[in-house]
Amino acid sequence: MASLLQSRTPSLSFSSSLCSTPVIRPSVSFLKPRSGPRIPVVRAKIREIFMPALSSTMTEGKIVSWIKSEGDVLSKGESVVVVESDKADMDVETFYDGILAAIVINEGETAPVGAAIGILAETEGEIAEAKAKATSQFSSAPAPSAPKVEESSPAPKVDAPSPPVDAAPAPSTPGKVVATPYAKKLAKQYKVDIGKLVGTGPFGRITPEDVEKAAGITPAPKSNVAAPAAPVASSAPASVPSKAPSNFPEIPGSTVVPFTTMQAAVTKNMLESLSVPTFRVGYPIATDALDALYEKVKPKGVTMTALLAKAAAVALAQHPVVNATCKDGKSFTYNSNINIAVAVAINGGLITPVLQDADKLDLYLLSQKWKELVEKARAKQLQPREYNSGTFTLSNLGMFGVDRFDAILPPGQGAIMAVGASKPTVLADKDGFFSIKNKMLVNVTADHRIIYGADLAAFLQTFSKIIENPESLTM
Amino acid sequence: MQSAISLSLSSPSTIARSDCTAAAAANSYICTPRSLRFCGLRREAFKSKSFNSLSVSTRLLPCSRNSSFKKVCAALQSNGAPSKGEFDYDLVIIGAGVGGHGAALHAVEKGLKTAIIEGDVVGGTCVNRGCVPSKALLAVSGRMRELQNEHHMRSFGLQVAAAGYDKQGVADHANNLASKIRSNLTNSMKALGVDILTGTGTILGPQKLKFGKGGSGDTIITAKDIIIATGSVPLVPKGIEVDGKSVITSDHALKLEFVPEWIAIVGSGYIGLEFSDVYTALGSEVTFIEALDQLMPGFDPEIGKLAQRVLINPRKIDHHTGVFASKITPAKDGNPVIIELIDAKTKEPKGTVEVNAALIATGRAPFTQGLGLENINVQTQRGFVPVDERMRVIDSTGKLVPHLYCIGDANGKMMLAHAASAQGISVVEQVSGKDHVLNHLSIPAACFTHPEISMVGLTEPQAREKAEKEGFEVSITKTSFKANTKALAENEGEGIAKLIYRADTGEILGVHIFGLHAADLIHEASNAIAMGTRIQELKFAVHAHPTLSEVLDELFKSAKVVSSSHVAQPVAV
Repeated sequence: MASLLQSRTPSLSFSSSLCSTPVIRPSVSFLKPRSGPRIPVVRAKIREIFMPALSSTMTEGKIVSWIKSEGDVLSKGESVVVVESDKADMDVETFYDGILAAIVINEGETAPVGAAIGILAETEGEIAEAKAKATSQFSSAPAPSAPKVEESSPAPKVDAPSPPVDAAPAPSTPGKVVATPYAKKLAKQYKVDIGKLVGTGPFGRITPEDVEKAAGITPAPKSNVAAPAAPVASSAPASVPSKAPSNFPEIPGSTVVPFTTMQAAVTKNMLESLSVPTFRVGYPIATDALDALYEKVKPKGVTMTALLAKAAAVALAQHPVVNATCKDGKSFTYNSNINIAVAVAINGGLITPVLQDADKLDLYLLSQKWKELVEKARAKQLQPREYNSGTFTLSNLGMFGVDRFDAILPPGQGAIMAVGASKPTVLADKDGFFSIKNKMLVNVTADHRIIYGADLAAFLQTFSKIIENPESLTM
Repeated sequence: MQSAISLSLSSPSTIARSDCTAAAAANSYICTPRSLRFCGLRREAFKSKSFNSLSVSTRLLPCSRNSSFKKVCAALQSNGAPSKGEFDYDLVIIGAGVGGHGAALHAVEKGLKTAIIEGDVVGGTCVNRGCVPSKALLAVSGRMRELQNEHHMRSFGLQVAAAGYDKQGVADHANNLASKIRSNLTNSMKALGVDILTGTGTILGPQKLKFGKGGSGDTIITAKDIIIATGSVPLVPKGIEVDGKSVITSDHALKLEFVPEWIAIVGSGYIGLEFSDVYTALGSEVTFIEALDQLMPGFDPEIGKLAQRVLINPRKIDHHTGVFASKITPAKDGNPVIIELIDAKTKEPKGTVEVNAALIATGRAPFTQGLGLENINVQTQRGFVPVDERMRVIDSTGKLVPHLYCIGDANGKMMLAHAASAQGISVVEQVSGKDHVLNHLSIPAACFTHPEISMVGLTEPQAREKAEKEGFEVSITKTSFKANTKALAENEGEGIAKLIYRADTGEILGVHIFGLHAADLIHEASNAIAMGTRIQELKFAVHAHPTLSEVLDELFKSAKVVSSSHVAQPVAV
């Protein structure tokens, strides 16, 4: 039970003196010696190819490229895979004859030393068994049957001339070549059976686009395995919603409920938000003072929402850039008013009533205004300017016990604040004394075209100072 | 010692370039002209330098500077009357490529009355249809590749919007470069007084030849010595129809008249590889067709394998190996280019490839027709002129033809521009009375892909074969660009350098480099081979930090030379 593989090329700066006849090289410890429990593997004549240890400091290796593909017949001594260690890239060769039944770790992926990276079968009959082993062992590996699922659906009905028809039945013969080099590479990458495609390129050849098209409608499980598939999906966000339903296999017994107008509007806004480069900054804030104040003003009809909106508005007044908007991608639009939109969940939808001039109104007026807005929202009587004039959004899920979350920036605004629950937290002060204080986490998502990390950090610092010394809010 | 120093300070170029005997007493190592010249650019520099150093006497008469210069030149270099009155010229060179040019300049320096015959354009293949314009295209492709590699740019913190190119602009760059180098070459010869004779040169008999447009208008001249330097043309195997549009050779490809969507390149040697770099950078997809079982034959197998991983596999390239393109039909009547493949060994049909264009890069054939070799009983072998190790032409009876030499691609010894030039210089050394044998193993070769490949001396299998025959032990050591600071700063850590050497003597047998600026790095090794410098001496050489040259520094330092034989310690001066 020794090593299956041995490198041919010694590592970096490795100096060897060899005679003309190849002599055994100082064998780097390639493979973990497997013992007892592994014996069934041998009986089945299915061998695992392990990630070799190419240097003493190597703990994991990256597969640079598989020189052989699944199904290739390997003979002893042939290079099979190129592994990148912490020091150099090395070819790794097989110690056994056999068939490369399955690739477990794909190109570009990393595996710890000793992990199975591929499965070697001795005969063709064992390939299926080896593949099963590969899937059971490495659950996220692409299911070998995946390409078959595609067969029925993808082929676009194009009445192409005969060449593609000729090509289809004879993919194994090195005869007619109708796919371009890049198309073939992509097909291998996406595991698309090129013989099943109909070429739309000149002379009926299969182009890279044809393969991408076929790969784009592959079943969902693939996308979380094959990294390259992900960018394909995200690069065309606009087309996703229309395509999405057809992409997913239908599960029997499910019901389809169309979006309400409000839900459709949310969907539209959410998709639009994908075009904005956002980033997030979180900040922990002690709320003991705020809580104390809240207890004091609660009888006067002041809500927590109003307190937070007021605090945000006061902080925004000092940081106008966070209240700004990037409308055309080329300029800042500084808003003269500070209008705090507050996200409210209503009847399965989501709406953001706006507290206009929140920095100017006093806390009590603000609270009263908020009550009116919520009532109007429930009655679906909000005027457009009462829900779309926000310059900054506040979203609070603290009442559910959520300690932190990540909000999506609504289009047309520069930043949105997500407020978590205030929770008792053990704190150590600089003198080493422990105390318990209430703390909440706020997380602001902002448009990085106009608001940079330092802007947001400074804004949050101001905001936290206001929350920690909330007396000014009542003035 | 004093005099040597003062001399070299006052006119360095004169010492370096003048006849050995003159300066030998002063300092013998300066005057051994062993370096290889390439495309004559250094001669340009020399010309102006010698002008400066010689113009001291004429400085007070600025208006007559030109004429004095000529006089001084003539006096110094004496391209005047032939040494013996019976010949028109001391040396006539047929072909004004890089080889002929190098020979001509060296001949003038040696005081020979020299003429060069050119039937086409000065500069030959290298300058007009080869290394020079292809470097212009590769300079473009290298930048395109870099700009298109968003990941690479981002790792520098650079943001680049979609890079594009203007095909005509690229083509113009190549063309302008060729004409600039061509005029440099022409001027350097004119300035030294080499007679440039226009027309086709034909050998009529011993020491006698004619030149002209053919027919009766030809001029007959005599020369003490004749050098054939007629070069080569692209080799087009039979069955392949070159139409210059969809089926092309490197001659057409360098004009970059169109960038096909998909091009098949027949042959994966230097030329094919360089063009694959250009075409893929400009957006084409490439299919290699290689008769041998491995891509990149001729390279050290290990380097070839690594190069394939970097230059072929990640790019839009696929390949068919072990097949011949038995028939290539150009695109016409709405059909693509059709390439019929047969197995290289069994000759069985292996299907067809349909592409937009095909580039024939199967090698180069010597251009030796019409030279009149039959007049002196010389028979070419597959077109090549047979020569001995001193480039002396051998006739069909196996005897040397007196006063006739052949250099460069026409003799097929080593089909590289700088090899031709080195051979030319070697011949001039001989005809001016000093025996000289060029060590071809010291001639470096480079492939200007991104990154570059370079080599000098033997490959590992060649070295092992030699070791077996001669009974010594071959040692190998390697260093990686990944460990080099400068390479990492450039984000170009991909690459290795490999040293093949004799552990018992420290002799360098071969050096192979694949990595950033490999073509520039090889010369430390090639010079060491040419000078016979041993590794144990090279280990003491100092390299500036941080530079790519440290890759070689590390390479030499990692070599283990077992011999305890005397090593010349560097002496402080």
